[in-house]
Amino acid sequence: MDTGNQIKKGFVANLPVAASVCAYGSVLGVLASQKSVSWLELLVMNLSVFAGSAQFVMVEMWNVPLPVVEVVAAVLIINLRYLLIGASLQPVFRGKTLRHKACVMHLVADENWAVTMARYRKGGASTGFLLGGGLCLISVWCFGTLFGHRLGAFVQNPETYALDFAFVAVFTALAVSLWRGKQDISPWLVAALVAVVTEHLLPGKWYIIFGGIGGALVAAFTGTADKSQTPHPKEQPDHGTF
Amino acid sequence: MAPFSPDATIVWAIAGAAVATYSLRLGGLLLSDRLPKAGRFKKFMDALPGTILLSLVAPGIVSAGIWGCMAAAATALLTHKTGNVFVAMLAGIIIVAAQRQLGL
Repeated sequence: MDTGNQIKKGFVANLPVAASVCAYGSVLGVLASQKSVSWLELLVMNLSVFAGSAQFVMVEMWNVPLPVVEVVAAVLIINLRYLLIGASLQPVFRGKTLRHKACVMHLVADENWAVTMARYRKGGASTGFLLGGGLCLISVWCFGTLFGHRLGAFVQNPETYALDFAFVAVFTALAVSLWRGKQDISPWLVAALVAVVTEHLLPGKWYIIFGGIGGALVAAFTGTADKSQTPHPKEQPDHGTF
Repeated sequence: MAPFSPDATIVWAIAGAAVATYSLRLGGLLLSDRLPKAGRFKKFMDALPGTILLSLVAPGIVSAGIWGCMAAAATALLTHKTGNVFVAMLAGIIIVAAQRQLGL
């Protein structure tokens, strides 16, 4: 298979979802400029971390000097799903060299992963296709966030436009898009409760980790011990973030 | 002078976040044969993305008061019904913005 052609195909296949990634990125850019994150810091983050929800959290925690351990712990926890995403890509990477794996994996995000897995099931997804999608996403991600960052400089009172609430709104929407059904009721209740209580008791952002782990533990130790859970990792529809 | 002389904590935080994220991406692929594909660990990992995002927002929603709760509910409902995160998010922001503009 012609790799260049595959990259092009992957790039084009990700264009529809790229539009919402760009829009979502512009919100991050505006929030970043409100938090005095420089455009260069934002760009370096885009290229090196390249994970939307984690970057939102980093910007949210952005008060110089940054709480480095808490930031990295939060990013680690939020991005744990990449372990599963990476694991699920094993058949696509079969027979590839370690160097090839190491290069392509950096550009794996929720969106191009989902598009590639869907293509794989129909037959004919390659690492080139995956990489093309990643190149598409990282381009619009940089464009969207930097555009928002420019825009943010002109927004005088972000509270008036409820831009501070944008963060809550983004993650509320994303959380709902991860809802799997009744099985999530008790884990989610426990997660919310633990988070609210921890936020009152502990300084910093530990409530994210405590709440997330608390809720997931409930999921792990309740319900039937069946092995017929959803096929894994869950297919996340194109929701415009990664 | 140097246009970019960030605080050391900024450099460490970004570097740490980048290394953590990349390790998870590549680690998942390399460890794929060894990760449990059933049982409690898998259920834990399956539930984690949702519970983490919820924990992220729950205190913020509570502290935003009744209008914050309503805006979050509208966002949640719209996401559920339309599947469009961007529109749902916009609706939540507009509700809170309108409330503040009108001084409700």
